[in-house]
Amino acid sequence: MDKLIIKDFDLYYDDFHALKDINMNIAENEITAFIGPSGCGKSSLLKSINRMNDLVEGCKITGEILLDNKNIFDKDVDVNQIRKRIGMVFQKPNPFPMSIYDNIAYGPRTHNIKNKAKLDEIVEKSLRDAAIWDEVKDDLKKNALRVSGGQQQRLCIARCIAMKPEVILMDEPCSALDPISTTKIEDLIHKLKNDFTIIIVTHNMQQATRVSKHTAFFLNGEIVESGLTNRIFIEPEDKRTEDYITGRFG
Amino acid sequence: MKKTSFEGFMKGIFILCSTTSIISILLIVYFIFSGGVPFIMEYGLKNFLLGTKWKPTSTPPSFGILPMIVGSIYVTIGAVIIGVPIGVLTATYLARFSNKKLYKFLKPCINLMSGIPSIVYGFFALQVIVPIMKSLVGGTGMNIISASILLGIMILPTIIGLSESSIRAVPNEYYEGSVALGASHERSVMSVLLPAAKSGIISSIILGIGRAIGETMAVILVAGNQPRIPDSITQGVRTMTTNIVMEMAYAADTHREALIATAVVLFVFILIINAIFLIVKRRTLN
Amino acid sequence: MNNFKSYVIRFLVKVSALITFGALFFIIGYILYRGVPSLRPSLFEFKYTTTNVSMFPSIVTTLMLVFSTLILVTPIGVFTGFYLIEYAHRGNKFVEVIRITTETLSGIPSIVYGLFGMLFFVYRLDFSYSLIAGILTASIMVLPLIIRSTEEALIAVDDSLREASFGLGAGKLRTIFRVVLPVAMPGILSGIILSIGRIVGETAALIYTLGTATKMTDGLFSSGRTLAVQMYVLSNEGLHVNESFATGVILLMIILIINGLSTYLSNKLTKGRID
Repeated sequence: MDKLIIKDFDLYYDDFHALKDINMNIAENEITAFIGPSGCGKSSLLKSINRMNDLVEGCKITGEILLDNKNIFDKDVDVNQIRKRIGMVFQKPNPFPMSIYDNIAYGPRTHNIKNKAKLDEIVEKSLRDAAIWDEVKDDLKKNALRVSGGQQQRLCIARCIAMKPEVILMDEPCSALDPISTTKIEDLIHKLKNDFTIIIVTHNMQQATRVSKHTAFFLNGEIVESGLTNRIFIEPEDKRTEDYITGRFG
Repeated sequence: MKKTSFEGFMKGIFILCSTTSIISILLIVYFIFSGGVPFIMEYGLKNFLLGTKWKPTSTPPSFGILPMIVGSIYVTIGAVIIGVPIGVLTATYLARFSNKKLYKFLKPCINLMSGIPSIVYGFFALQVIVPIMKSLVGGTGMNIISASILLGIMILPTIIGLSESSIRAVPNEYYEGSVALGASHERSVMSVLLPAAKSGIISSIILGIGRAIGETMAVILVAGNQPRIPDSITQGVRTMTTNIVMEMAYAADTHREALIATAVVLFVFILIINAIFLIVKRRTLN
Repeated sequence: MNNFKSYVIRFLVKVSALITFGALFFIIGYILYRGVPSLRPSLFEFKYTTTNVSMFPSIVTTLMLVFSTLILVTPIGVFTGFYLIEYAHRGNKFVEVIRITTETLSGIPSIVYGLFGMLFFVYRLDFSYSLIAGILTASIMVLPLIIRSTEEALIAVDDSLREASFGLGAGKLRTIFRVVLPVAMPGILSGIILSIGRIVGETAALIYTLGTATKMTDGLFSSGRTLAVQMYVLSNEGLHVNESFATGVILLMIILIINGLSTYLSNKLTKGRID
C-alpha cells in the first residue's frame, strides 16, 4: 500500500520554480531516500509533505500530496493533525530549552494527554525506542541542551515518535553529527522502519545505500530517477544519476 | 602601527572621559548620602523607616516615612499588575502575531511612548483619569488606582521594548520544532517561545519596577498625596518621590534633611533593584 | 491545545496591543484636541506675564539648555565609547567598572539627580539656581545614553573596515575618526537625539537646579524654566488648564519630531551596516 502519493506537484518560492511536476509514491513501512546536489529541491519536497512550507512567505504550491488517499492540502484538513501524523527530525538538533522529560512530553501534552502516569509511560517508551533511555534515565529533569549533539538528535527523534506518527521525515539528520553518533542513528532508523514510514533526505550517498530501500534522485527541482536503492546505485538508467553517484558533480 | 605621542595623548583623553561616569556616580552617592545619613543617624533608622507619622511641622516634629514607603510599594505593585500582563502580551503580539507592515508602524510608536515626558502623562491623567475615578468612587479621584493606572501605562514601553527583543531573539528552530509536532502557532509561542525568553522578560519587568518607583512628576498630580498608610486602594497616598517634591520648596533645616534622607532610602531601593537587574542579565548571558 | 484555547490566546494578545496603542493614541489625541484650540499668539510673546503665561521664554531656555548640554556631554560620552570599544581589551576591570557605573547612572530617578544637582552645584559650588547647574546635572543624566548608543554604533561597524585601514598603515586615531566614525555616525546621532528628548521632557531634575524663574535665561548663572517645568508649574497651580494643554501640544510636537528623526537615523544605520 502506498502511504503517500505525490501527484503533479509544483512548488514556487515567489518566482523561483523550485519543484517541477513531481510524481512519486512512497511505500508504507519502508525507508525512502531523497538524494541530489544542494539546491535540487529535495528538502523543499520534504517540508511540503508535513506542510512546514506553509510557514514560508511567498511559497506557492500546485498539485496534491495524498496521505492514505486524502490530499493534505484540502480546505477541510487540520494542518496540526497532519503534523501529528507526519513527524519531522531537523538537520540541526533542536530540543526545546526544557528538561528532557518536558521535551518528550510536549507533544502528548499538546494533544491533551495530561495524566502523569500516562505521560511517564510515553516518555519512557519513546526514549527506549530511540535507544537513549539508558543514557538519560537517571536524570530526566536535566536540561536537554546539556547533552551532546548526538544525544540531542536522538532526543528529537524520541520527541517525534512520542507522538506516534505514521510517517517520519528526516532532513539530513546526521549532517551535524560525528561518525559514531551517525552510526547510532542509522541503526536507530533501521529499527524504526518496522513501525513507521520514513523519508530521509541525505547528502551522503553511502548513508542512502546503508539505510534506504527506495531512492529518488533530484536535480534542478525534478526527479530524474527513482526506484529500488540497490538498482539505482548499481545500474542507474539516467546518465545524470550515474554522474552524480560517481561523484562527477554535486 | 606607529604610536606617536599625539596618539598616546588622545588615548589619555579618552580614558579621562571614561572616568566621568565613575566620578559622577561617586559624587552622587557622596552628596546624597552625606546629605541624608547624618539625619538618619540622629533620628534613628528604625524611627525613620518604620515611623508611621510624618508631621514635620508639629512640635516635636515626627519624620516617619513608612507611609511613603508603603505608598511607593503600593503604586508600584499596582503599576506592575496593570503594566506587566498588557506589556508582555503586547510584546508577544509585536514579535509573533503582527504582520510586517503593521510592525514597521507600531514599533516606532513604542519608542514614541517612552519619549513622552512624564509631566504630559501626569497632566493627562489629571484631566481624564481623575475625573472618571471621582465619579466612580467619589472623593477627589486621586488615589492608588489612578496612580497605578497611570504608572502602568508609563511602564508599558519599558516592558514591551525589552520583552519583544527577547522573544525575537529566541532561535526560530524551537518554534519550528514545536509546529512540526502539530502544536498550533499560539501554543508554540506560549509554551516554547515565551518560556525561552523568560530572562529577558523578567529583566524588563525589573526595569519597569525601577521606573515606576522612581517616577515623580506624573504621580504627584494624581496620587492624592496624603501622608498616611491607606486602608483601601480608593484612598490617596504619598510616595517617597512625591514626598520630596511636595515639601522641598519650603522645608528648612531638619525638615530638609529628612527629605534628603528620604532620597537616600529611595536611592537604596533603586540600587537594590538595579543590582537584581544586573544579576538577572548576567544569568541570561550564561 | 484545542482551537478554543488558541482563539483565546490570539484574542488576548490582540486586545493587549489594542489597549497599549489605544492608550497612546488617545493620550496624544486628547492633548491635541484640548490644546490646539488654546494655542494663541500671546502664548508666544517675548516676555512672560501671569496673564499670558507665555511659553516663549521657556522655549528659549529649553533650547539653550539642550544645546549647551549636548556640547558638553557629547564629546565626553563619545570618547568614552571610543575607549570602551576601540581601545580596551576584553575583561579589563576598568571597563567592567565603567559599565556598571553607567548602568547604575541610567537607573537613577530624576528626583535624585535633582537633589544631587541642588546639593552639589547649587549649594556646595555656589552656582545657585542657574543654567550652568542645569547643564551639568542634565549632562550626567544623559551621559549613559550617549555612551550606550556610541558603543552600539561602534560595535556594529564591521571589523574588516578597521583591518583594511590598519593594513594601509593608518594609526588607530586616524582609523577611528576617518573610517569608523563616519559609518557609526547615524547610530551616535540617534543617541544624541534621544538625549534631546530626555532633556526636553525632564522636570524633577531641573526644578532643583535650573530653577523655575519665569524669564528666559540670559547667562550661565541665571535661572529659568524649561517647557516641561512650565507645564508642571501650570498644572500644579491648576489655574491655566487650557494653557497647560497648549504647552503639552508643543512638547508633544517636539517629541514627535525628535522620535521621527531618531527612527529615520536608526533605519539608516541598519541600511548602512556592512554584513
